[in-house]
Amino acid sequence: MLRGVPKRIVTTLVTLIAASSLTACGGLGWAGGSGNAVKVLMVNNPQMVDLQKLSGTFTQQTGIKVDFTVLPENDLRDKASLEFASQAGQYDVATLSNFEIPFYSKNNWLTPMDDYIAKDPAFDQADILKPIALSLTGPDRKIYGEPFYGESSFLMYRKDVFAAKGLTVPDHPTWDQIADMAAKVDNAQPGMRGICLRGQPGWGQVLAPLTTVVNTFGGTWFDKDWNAQVNGPGFTEATNFYVNLVRSHGEIGAAQAGFTECLTDLEQGKVAMWYDATSAAGSLDGKDSPVAGKIGYVQAPVKLTKSSGWLYAWSWAIEKASKNKDDAWKFVSWASSKGYEDLVGTKLGWARVPAGKRTSTYTNPDYLKVARSFAGPTLTAIQSANPVSPGVQPRPTIGIQFVDIPEFTDFGTASSLAIGSAIGGKESVHSALETSQRLAANAGKLYQK
Amino acid sequence: MTTAVAQRPVAVTDTRPRRKWRAGNALLGLLAWVIGVIFIIPVLWMVLTSFHSEADASTNPPSIAAPLTLQGYRQFFGQGTGTSPWPYLANSITASVTSTILVLLLAFPAAYALSIRPVRKWSDVLFFFLSTKMLPLVAGLLPIYLFAQKAHMLDNLFILIILYTTMNLPIAVWMMRSFLAEVPIAIIEAAAIDGAGVLYTMRKIVAPIAVPGIAATALICFIFSWNELLFALVLTGVQAQTAPVFLTSFVTSQGLFLAKVCAAAVVVSIPVVVAGFAAQDKLVQGLSLGAVK
Amino acid sequence: MATQVTDAEVRPSRGRRRADRSAAPGGPPTTSRERWGRRAPLLPALVFLIIVTQLPFVVTLVISFLRWNALSPQTRGWAGLDNYKKVFTDPALRSSVIFTIVLTATVVIVSLLLGLAIALLLDRAFLGRGVVRTIMITPFLIVPVAAALLFKHGIYNASYGLINGTLTWIWDLFGGTAPQPDWLTEYPKIMIEVQLIWQWTPFMMLILLAGLQSRDPEVMEAARVDGASTWQMFTYITLPHMRQYLELAGLLGTIFILQTFDAVYVITSGGLGTANLPYTIYQTFFSAHDYGLASAQGVVVVVGSLIVATLALRTVSGLLREEKT
Repeated sequence: MLRGVPKRIVTTLVTLIAASSLTACGGLGWAGGSGNAVKVLMVNNPQMVDLQKLSGTFTQQTGIKVDFTVLPENDLRDKASLEFASQAGQYDVATLSNFEIPFYSKNNWLTPMDDYIAKDPAFDQADILKPIALSLTGPDRKIYGEPFYGESSFLMYRKDVFAAKGLTVPDHPTWDQIADMAAKVDNAQPGMRGICLRGQPGWGQVLAPLTTVVNTFGGTWFDKDWNAQVNGPGFTEATNFYVNLVRSHGEIGAAQAGFTECLTDLEQGKVAMWYDATSAAGSLDGKDSPVAGKIGYVQAPVKLTKSSGWLYAWSWAIEKASKNKDDAWKFVSWASSKGYEDLVGTKLGWARVPAGKRTSTYTNPDYLKVARSFAGPTLTAIQSANPVSPGVQPRPTIGIQFVDIPEFTDFGTASSLAIGSAIGGKESVHSALETSQRLAANAGKLYQK
Repeated sequence: MTTAVAQRPVAVTDTRPRRKWRAGNALLGLLAWVIGVIFIIPVLWMVLTSFHSEADASTNPPSIAAPLTLQGYRQFFGQGTGTSPWPYLANSITASVTSTILVLLLAFPAAYALSIRPVRKWSDVLFFFLSTKMLPLVAGLLPIYLFAQKAHMLDNLFILIILYTTMNLPIAVWMMRSFLAEVPIAIIEAAAIDGAGVLYTMRKIVAPIAVPGIAATALICFIFSWNELLFALVLTGVQAQTAPVFLTSFVTSQGLFLAKVCAAAVVVSIPVVVAGFAAQDKLVQGLSLGAVK
Repeated sequence: MATQVTDAEVRPSRGRRRADRSAAPGGPPTTSRERWGRRAPLLPALVFLIIVTQLPFVVTLVISFLRWNALSPQTRGWAGLDNYKKVFTDPALRSSVIFTIVLTATVVIVSLLLGLAIALLLDRAFLGRGVVRTIMITPFLIVPVAAALLFKHGIYNASYGLINGTLTWIWDLFGGTAPQPDWLTEYPKIMIEVQLIWQWTPFMMLILLAGLQSRDPEVMEAARVDGASTWQMFTYITLPHMRQYLELAGLLGTIFILQTFDAVYVITSGGLGTANLPYTIYQTFFSAHDYGLASAQGVVVVVGSLIVATLALRTVSGLLREEKT
């Protein structure tokens, strides 16, 4: 009874092992395809989605195929950090940002781009806006990333609603002025709240605008000796201000509101003002926007500093373990080129151009025709951003709306959860900041010598 | 006097013809309808929203009568991005079907060995199988990722298939064992007397009887494989990405997406829904441990 | 001639089938060859499972004793029991464990009760019964991540979700502004539980319906003839019969919901106290990149699950040993 069985089992096992050894050579799946394609991991922002659509042009021009994996921001960061930390070689290029690139390069996870840039004068590195280019270099001063689009932050408001109330917003407002005006335009239209401010947990969500408010109120995450200052006077005053403003004149559902929610709210007339990324302007003044032409743009509100806008650039980085570095550079060079901006402008409309990275964009008459209302304020915001010294005291590392250490994603997100609770009224600002202070101090200890 | 076994109907309903039309019954039937409708509303809402434009999908109060459009579906099928979802759906089908077949091939003999001709410590073995299911798979994710990386098996459907098989094997063994335990011993004994070997008995005698059970198990395994998100998210890249991962890519932090996501959710759920509907009778029959001739 | 079929007469073959498992053809295995003959079909599955589950666990165990943070590769080294110390003193992990237990218990119990109620309703004949049954199965068939996305953005969303939208519509009928609570901020845990209950009630209902439909109609008929009321029949016949099915449904439900990830990941990203164990471990792996700590968490969770599993399965061992219908 057992005689036939072992033979059959053995044959099956052998076949399985043989089959598995055939498949154990790299990727196996129906998607993507050609072995020599450049593999790109990117976030699913509209500008990237446009790039995916237009990538056929790149393939036509160079014969190089591109395979994309597109993910929402949080998923992307998780996957990208796993990928680069393990140098898995699954992707050649990824959209990182001026947050990751400095310390990824320190860990030797990225390919320096200086040689490629030298051999590619058409790329015109000098055209890249200085603060952004500076924020994409590693500690060795080499360039490790090229921006795809950059942004700072500014204040957007409904011109018509403010005019109806007889209010003017100055070009360089203060936070006290804005809080005042938010109270005045509250309910200017049925169901309209004064201002929209992010509250969604995440170091890149609520902490981005909040940290800029902290900076300009005189607070900081760490002093230059890596002592956490989260429960210090500046940070506390700023957080109280932010939470109170949102709770009294802010949008409904503030504790869950991120970029998209506030964008929707401003477009649908549920809020009269919005302090957020300059990249929002493209959607607000885009073809399908119900509020196109009605939005005014002024600089990020300040208190003790001259400017307070943040600095952020989704940028291309080439993995050190990539086997396709030359083709990867060709893709990066194309995606961040002036030519690509023209392509988007002509094919999809000038409002969708991934701007905020090149000076030439802001002297391009076609772009300015469409972006007249926000191009100027955007350029000013980016150019006045100071990543090295964004506040009133010296900092231990660069970063305006973040602290450029890998631990920040963890304690930043945990802090943002506590602050989100405060925004939702579930805990006091004081207790949220005490929690955050503890977390930040633990991280800071790692850097104190 | 014949035993009542052969005469018992397979599906049992509440046969009380005298009271069928009493008001109480009608009221309970109505209650059942109400509950059914409440449960299906989210699905109906999902389908309806998938046929609205993005702006109409995000209104408050909800615009039920808004004009229908295929915009969401067009976006899903690649109009906006130029990427077609078919390769990802193909990946999901391949991974789910292959792992289900593998699970059946492994679980059927195992269940046989735990029910019809049981090994001595069969309840301990069954406990072991089930205990592996209780361990959070997340805990093993890192070693698996490291192994896959070293073995160049990242972004490879094969490793997903192995993992899905592991994920479903305990439940499959458990379910199949219950079904096989229903096989009348008389049949097995008759086969043994006729000199049938183990494999022959398994294939030609027990399997045909256990078809409802096999179908129910296969369906459950297919569903759980298709739905799996975490491993696919971490272990796949450009080539082996599955449908659920592709679905998450529609949620963007910049811009409206509800109609797109609903369209994507509908399409990605269709295979499972169709399979579930088609086999719901087998499912109930298999689970009811019904009498087998 | 007795026309009434008693329980005992109906049972014999089943009883013999179940209780005499080892008395299969040829009697209990005697020779070593026979014993291995019985084990052979079991081996492929067993070996496969052992390799794929135990090996990674061993590696996880080893890593849990290392200090390994992928973001600072220079600090790799031996950590001894440091990671375990962190695990037991971390308030976040403690609240994660508590929430996992609360979530699992709530979802399993509520969907079990709901499933039972609906199964009882569906057990009767009424107009369109098949349709309702088909409708009721559907929530279970929606891909979990799709369902979670639907609930998060299409139903719970404070600005344009279905709940607040319906509230607005109702209030508009009477005039006045509708309350628009921020569901996910106010009641995050309940919202996740509701989504899971919605998805798992059909599963429970199916199993329990199968149980109800496998009741012996002869027995029911006999009881009715003897004058038992509906309630008495439910308590004395239906419930004992259903006990096996309730235990099965409860056990399977617990196993699956203990490990649920998609709902927490999508709906709240673990915020506002809604992180359950799978999500916390995922976070430590893929956000904090602290592989040593995450491995220690994994080991602790595995040990905990094994203890719980042992207790649970021994209690529920009726399924394995008695198997009375």
